Amino acid sequence: MADAPNSPGPSSRPFGRPLSPHLQIYRWPITMAASITHRATGMALAAGTLFLSWWLIAAASGPDEYAVFAQAAANPLGQIVLFGFLWSLAFHLLNGIRHLAWDVGYGFKVPTAKLTAALAYVGSVLLAVGAFIVALMVRGGLGT
Amino acid sequence: MSAHLRTPLSKIEGLGSARAGTRHFWHQRMTAVALIPLSIWFVASAIAYVGADQGAVAAYFAEPINAVPMFLFIVASTYHMSLGLQVIIEDYFHNEGQKIVLLLLNRFAAWAIGAASAFALIRMALHP
Repeated sequence: MADAPNSPGPSSRPFGRPLSPHLQIYRWPITMAASITHRATGMALAAGTLFLSWWLIAAASGPDEYAVFAQAAANPLGQIVLFGFLWSLAFHLLNGIRHLAWDVGYGFKVPTAKLTAALAYVGSVLLAVGAFIVALMVRGGLGT
Repeated sequence: MSAHLRTPLSKIEGLGSARAGTRHFWHQRMTAVALIPLSIWFVASAIAYVGADQGAVAAYFAEPINAVPMFLFIVASTYHMSLGLQVIIEDYFHNEGQKIVLLLLNRFAAWAIGAASAFALIRMALHP
């Protein structure tokens, strides 16, 4: 009897070799979640560079062009995008420091890796919320 | 044993099968380290100025003390971005033609975004 497509272990497929199990079969340890989030926030930040570019080009172009940008940023949707950018940057920064520590040989023990992953999540939320609150106090919002 | 499997040329080049050695890895780490202080500075600047009027933003970036770190942030972040997206493309696209086109577009996009941002910044810095 043939195994289900994603099942691990020997099967009757050609060569009789086991396939490695697909992503969806694993539990989600926090270290794996942090690794995936690192890549996802990296892609989000890549999209965010378009807004950075827009900000600078609008500011260099003149008051009318800048007003278009400022209006988009002050919009509730714009505020959500800016908050997402802020949190992505905070997470990618903190988790990036984890990666740099690994590169020089620190933080590989399982309890340490779990703890630092949790710290990246908690720390990034605190940083993003904190920065947003500061922005609200300074300007009444990010870009308003 | 392994000494017999490597040619003297590959030994002195030390670049491995991808012909690039550790350059990609090292550049990604260099830009990562540079981006720790630069991105903290950028977020602080953005919070202070993203909602200000156009004249205030232009005046802020006209100051060399702000224009220089912003220029470095643009260079380091767009380069770091292109290195990161390159790995993602190499991981998920296995069709050779598709992969090469995407790798090309990745670099073009990074250069376009970086050049457009840097030009806007230089314009503010030189014409306050």
